[in-house]
Amino acid sequence: MPLAEIKLAFQRKPAFMPYLPVGYPTLADSIDALEALGKNGADLIEVGIPFSDPLADGPVIQQATHTALENGVTLGSVFDALRELRRRGVAIPLILMGYYNPIFRRGLEAFRRDALAAGADGVIVPDLPPEESGELEQALGGDFPCIRMLAPTTSADRAQKICASAKGFLYLVSVTGVTGARDKVSAGLPEFIARVRGAVPQGLPLCVGFGIASPAQAAEVGRIADGVIVGSACVRALGEAQQPKLAAANLARAFRAALKGIGP
Amino acid sequence: MTILPSKFGSYGGRYVPETLMPALEQLEAEFTRARDDRAFQQKLNGLLVDYAGRPTPITYASRLSERLGGARIYLKREDLAHTGAHKINNALGQALLAQRMGKRRIIAETGAGQHGVASATACALLGLECAVYMGEVDMARQAPNVFRMRLLGAEVRPVSSGSRTLKDAINEAIRDWVTNVETTHYLLGSALGPHPYPTMVREFQKVIGREARTQMLAKTGRTPDAAVACVGGGSNAIGLFSGFLDDPDVALIGVEAGGEGIAGGKHASRFSDPERSRLGVLHGTHTFVLQTPDGQIAETHSVSAGLDYAAVGPEHAHLRDLGRAEYTVATDAEALAAFSLLSTLEGIIPALESAHAVAEAVRRAPKMKPDQILLICLSGRGDKDLDTVTPLLASPPSLKPSPVSLANGEGKSGGTGRRKSERK
Repeated sequence: MPLAEIKLAFQRKPAFMPYLPVGYPTLADSIDALEALGKNGADLIEVGIPFSDPLADGPVIQQATHTALENGVTLGSVFDALRELRRRGVAIPLILMGYYNPIFRRGLEAFRRDALAAGADGVIVPDLPPEESGELEQALGGDFPCIRMLAPTTSADRAQKICASAKGFLYLVSVTGVTGARDKVSAGLPEFIARVRGAVPQGLPLCVGFGIASPAQAAEVGRIADGVIVGSACVRALGEAQQPKLAAANLARAFRAALKGIGP
Repeated sequence: MTILPSKFGSYGGRYVPETLMPALEQLEAEFTRARDDRAFQQKLNGLLVDYAGRPTPITYASRLSERLGGARIYLKREDLAHTGAHKINNALGQALLAQRMGKRRIIAETGAGQHGVASATACALLGLECAVYMGEVDMARQAPNVFRMRLLGAEVRPVSSGSRTLKDAINEAIRDWVTNVETTHYLLGSALGPHPYPTMVREFQKVIGREARTQMLAKTGRTPDAAVACVGGGSNAIGLFSGFLDDPDVALIGVEAGGEGIAGGKHASRFSDPERSRLGVLHGTHTFVLQTPDGQIAETHSVSAGLDYAAVGPEHAHLRDLGRAEYTVATDAEALAAFSLLSTLEGIIPALESAHAVAEAVRRAPKMKPDQILLICLSGRGDKDLDTVTPLLASPPSLKPSPVSLANGEGKSGGTGRRKSERK
């Protein structure tokens, strides 16, 4: 049951959730790297669905997903990759992350069926605010969550509404901006997290993403959040590595070590 | 909850990152207030009259009408608006709105450059900072407009990602907006994007249809039988159409870019290619989108940079569902022939975008009766397109396309010398 799996994954706090798109640097490398992340310290993984026009992403993820598309990756190959990860014994929740058009084009019912069959536990759609997510959420049903996002620009009223019916966990965007590593953790983050904690139903984990580049930054965020999402830094480390699988394993271990025993 | 309806039938909506949702709510609220604020409207109308040169005239195209036979053809002369296209109507409106919201920085995107020039112009006039995103391919084919924008004090930011055209410029503008949303207004240039843009841009472009209707009644004593406009995102068309929506006898015809023909896929027609065009979401709006079977946004092609876009404004999709508007295509070759024809017969060099509407008139007018009237929205002037057109028209002085071959939809195909697909 996907929701129950997600809940279990947050028993260890803060949870570490790396992001990688399927197909980068190559399809085979990405599957190896996802496996290495899953077996070396990740509590959940965001598995990226490449899209031609990723407008919430910065240059690193934009370039990586472009390469993945050039490598011929489709939504179908993302599902194949999930199946392969499950076959290799990766048991943690796998959360799909992708823009709406490919999901819509596949058909919402078909997406749910194929995603569940492949072993996905939830989906994050950055260009689908709650106002437009009704159809997808209905198709996904009660147990397969469409993860909601909150931004620093979200008003208290709006946050209240978004939190009220959120499922799985909440994705807090740490900065006003696109994905990509930053030098420093946003100064307003503690206040933002505190504000959301007041609105969120008991027990719904708060995960922070966008801009977290190093284990030290992850630790800083992990002291006040229930989960830490690392995307661009992860993509960059793999893209530069001779052996992506080894780099992924090392990266997961480093972040895991930095986050050990510091949960909120 | 939105204040205004966020959809046209099932089209439109707000498919954007959460970071932008509060800004869209603020924009909608401010736009609604401004719409009902007499002082704002007076200021905008003052600028439209004294600065932009409105009302633009209606010109009877006597020699074109005579050559084609059939309907009498009139031109709504948006090419005579300041900066040479209808884009200035919307740019002034949104720049004033930005000023009202206390935002001192404007970002815009541009394909053909006309919207970029209009935005840069409005910003210069109002003392606002301006950055314009433009695909590198479009910068090359619209070099004069790049120079104009820089002369007007705007920063032109080249976009080298993806197909390096309008779609990618919009992506970059949205990324900038996500990052600087608290200080920056995104001056979107067409009747698309997330709510309230399609509604707001239509409202700012309504002046075209409102004037055209009044002028046609004054000039001919009646409304036209057909009103024709080109459709990229669709702002000049929606502006013209809105003036005649309540006149059921006026046929509304939108003309999309047929590029090198529908069959080969090298075009930008969202309504004529059921194989590549499907319902989808691009740049915040749910509408018809040219895409691959896997839901990736397809590369498009048009000789005209301003029509070279994968999605169509949501209100057009709705008008088509209602049967109120009809959508056709004109190929690159037809548009080029119409470009020459209007230039040589009327002394008016149309924008390549507008030449698509002229091409439809060339096909349609001969089938109409002499007592019928066809109105074309001449959305912009063609000076900006001379670099594109020069190598494509072998020998301009001798080029006088036969109206018969045009009426049959024939023309030289291919060989437009435009970019090839960048993506493998």
